[in-house]
Amino acid sequence: MKKINNIYDTLVIGGGNAALCAAITAAEAGLKVLILEGAPKPYRGGNSRHTRNFRCMHPAPKAVLTDSYTEEEYFDDLLKVTKGKTDEKLAKLVIKNTHECYDWMQNHGVRFQPSLSGTLSLSRTNAFFMGGGKSLVNAYYRQLEKLDVDVLYEAQVTHLDLQGNHIKSVTFHYQDEVRKLSSKTVIVASGGFQADIDWLARAWGPAAKNFLIRGTPYNKGVVLANLLKQGATSVGDPTQCHAVAIDGRSPKYDGGIVTRLDCVPFSVVVNQNSQRFYDEGEDVWPKRYAIWGRLVADQPDQVAYAIIDAKSLDLFMPSVFPPIKADSLEELALKMGLEPNALTQTIHGFNASCRTGKFHPTELDGLATQGLTPAKTNWARPIDTPPFYGYSLRTGVTFTYLGLKVDDKAQVQGKDGPIINLWAAGETMAGSILGQGYLAGFGMAIGTVFGRIAGQEVAKYANH
Amino acid sequence: MQTIEILNLDTNTSEQQALKPLEQARRQLEICNACRYCETYCSVFPAVHRERSFSDENLKQLANLCHNCRGCYYACQYTAPHEFDLNLPQALAKVRQESWQDNAYPAAFAKAFHKSGAAIGAAVIVGFAALLWLIQLMGTHSTTDSQANFYDLLSHNLMVALFMPAFLLPLVSIAFSVRRFWQDIDAEPLRLIHIKGAFASAAKMKNLAAGHGEGCNYEDEDRFSQARRYFHQATMYGFLLCFAATSTATLMHYLLAMAAPYDLTSLPKILGIIGGISLSIGTAGLAYLKLEADKSLGDTQVWGGEMAFVLLLFFVSTSGLALYWFGQSPWLGELLALHLGCVLAFFLLMPYSKMTHGFYRLAALIKEEQNKV
Repeated sequence: MKKINNIYDTLVIGGGNAALCAAITAAEAGLKVLILEGAPKPYRGGNSRHTRNFRCMHPAPKAVLTDSYTEEEYFDDLLKVTKGKTDEKLAKLVIKNTHECYDWMQNHGVRFQPSLSGTLSLSRTNAFFMGGGKSLVNAYYRQLEKLDVDVLYEAQVTHLDLQGNHIKSVTFHYQDEVRKLSSKTVIVASGGFQADIDWLARAWGPAAKNFLIRGTPYNKGVVLANLLKQGATSVGDPTQCHAVAIDGRSPKYDGGIVTRLDCVPFSVVVNQNSQRFYDEGEDVWPKRYAIWGRLVADQPDQVAYAIIDAKSLDLFMPSVFPPIKADSLEELALKMGLEPNALTQTIHGFNASCRTGKFHPTELDGLATQGLTPAKTNWARPIDTPPFYGYSLRTGVTFTYLGLKVDDKAQVQGKDGPIINLWAAGETMAGSILGQGYLAGFGMAIGTVFGRIAGQEVAKYANH
Repeated sequence: MQTIEILNLDTNTSEQQALKPLEQARRQLEICNACRYCETYCSVFPAVHRERSFSDENLKQLANLCHNCRGCYYACQYTAPHEFDLNLPQALAKVRQESWQDNAYPAAFAKAFHKSGAAIGAAVIVGFAALLWLIQLMGTHSTTDSQANFYDLLSHNLMVALFMPAFLLPLVSIAFSVRRFWQDIDAEPLRLIHIKGAFASAAKMKNLAAGHGEGCNYEDEDRFSQARRYFHQATMYGFLLCFAATSTATLMHYLLAMAAPYDLTSLPKILGIIGGISLSIGTAGLAYLKLEADKSLGDTQVWGGEMAFVLLLFFVSTSGLALYWFGQSPWLGELLALHLGCVLAFFLLMPYSKMTHGFYRLAALIKEEQNKV
């Protein structure tokens, strides 16, 4: 077994993108670094394992990125999703830095590919990782090997000893023992608390018990809670999480990207009483999946059912599991555990309110129902062509907003000013910048930029 | 102090593992089709993403497009212990293997030799013994005569009488098998442009290079390396050069009435020596890499047969080179028997060994060219 001594200049808590960027940067500056990754090796990388791209500012076409994406436009996009809940200074710092991060990432083994099929809308703004986030994580761990950074897997940090404005030691469980290490500096990059369902239930309400967690089961927010309890300043709404509507048959944890279900705009969506509850055709799906996460959370038992017919099956990305299929609505209802008469009644009522008109799957076609409440305002075609298909929908939590407040040096803020040897990067501090909503590839942008800043700052501190 | 329970996500059911190769591949590819992160690693994924559901024929075609570069496995967030338990390189290897064995004539031979390295070894020993016996029986010179030329040991006509059918009949068998596969995957009539595309891909082993051109993940987990690609190229081109050497010699013998032995600057010798060295290096490298790589990312049942096949090719080329270098020694008879015994075994096993992969791959690549929009 590896000997664990107090020889480290910095301890990095976490093993995802932000932690890795910080560790690489610190090690390249000559520091002796130890990574404490809570997950076992196959699950290393936190939620970065499930990511697929990096939102990148670029004034002109750059490698896989087409056209240009300016700082202003990037910031505007952020303002739209956060509805202003962002720290402008930190947000712009991230945005400006993404441009040079692209090259840095490439120089550290990350390989990019053009936007994937089905994601054309992101080809200008987002650089996709070849092989996805796990391949990025693998590439960074390979860099760490070269830099002689030590990594402990299944090393779960439970306590940071904060004395005054200084972290004195870090306590963690490793191989059935409690261990304590002191180092000049500490970087926290251990994500949010979305995998702690009890915490989610306390924050959101008992309905959260029925939520599915899309990402790693290891982000339980232990370090976050520990620091907040000791007076670290928090940011972000502690009651909120980013949630989307996903395939109801997904695993409880770690289902990742494949659990997404894009059929809602072409469906009739009912709850377990076979009643519709919202306009399925309000807008294109990427603009609505988060709203549907909340809508489904408000239904009995936090479950809903999307029903389509043969006409619509090929209009959206394939689902991870084949849909439930039946030759009649009654049969479908039985297979899905719905009351056949109630479902047929709802669908017949819906069909009767559909009118003729031009159906256009890729744009808002205005093909709306008439005299139906709630209305379906686009893509309203009768569900009348067998076979019929059904999917269950559940709420899938992506991440939580509560985090540590940091300044533009990634330094964690305590009750009375900065904690002088503690920095934070990634999801655990992202709430400052992403206070609400979500912007594809922005989590990785925050993690990379602030991971590198944290790495540079610990190096300055440790070397001075 | 709060502790974190380590979640055991390893809920793979035995039901999932008991799936037949085609069902297993279908289950996994449906998950891949909802993810698409691996789109630029190789030809398999764009082909997968064109489909909505996967027929058996689709799966066989996709399985033969897969070159087992393993990039997708190491990049995958759904490999074990995740409950999705994806191991696409293995799933496709099994389907591929099944498609070779089921289409072979006769299939029973394929089942035996693909799986068993010992069977291949036995075939070599039988080949060696048969040749030694022939040489003893038919040779006009004593095998210890240092002036012997190998035609004195085994006449040209006898060699042709033996090796011509031993080469052509297996080829006929392969032709039937690949034709059956070709019909199975519903391919269109051959067109030059598609053949060109497929050969270009095979010539560069594009599918072992990954989208970034940095190679595959084989001997050292997720590290990208060109080793397997380069050793495979050395093997393939070495083999083709050896084949060209034999073909030129045959032409020289019959058309120009120039009988062997040829001198060092002659075409058969140049092609043969370069090809032989290349084939020896390539196969030695492949065998080494195979020992280093994770067996469970292939069809473990045929590991032994594959290894024996690589070693057989190594012995074919190395014994050929030895024959050239030590042709004047008293060991000529034994060396000749060893070399020709290996060649004989190799020829006869072509339809029932890893050798078939080249033909199936080409068919699958041509079909993929046809499918590209």
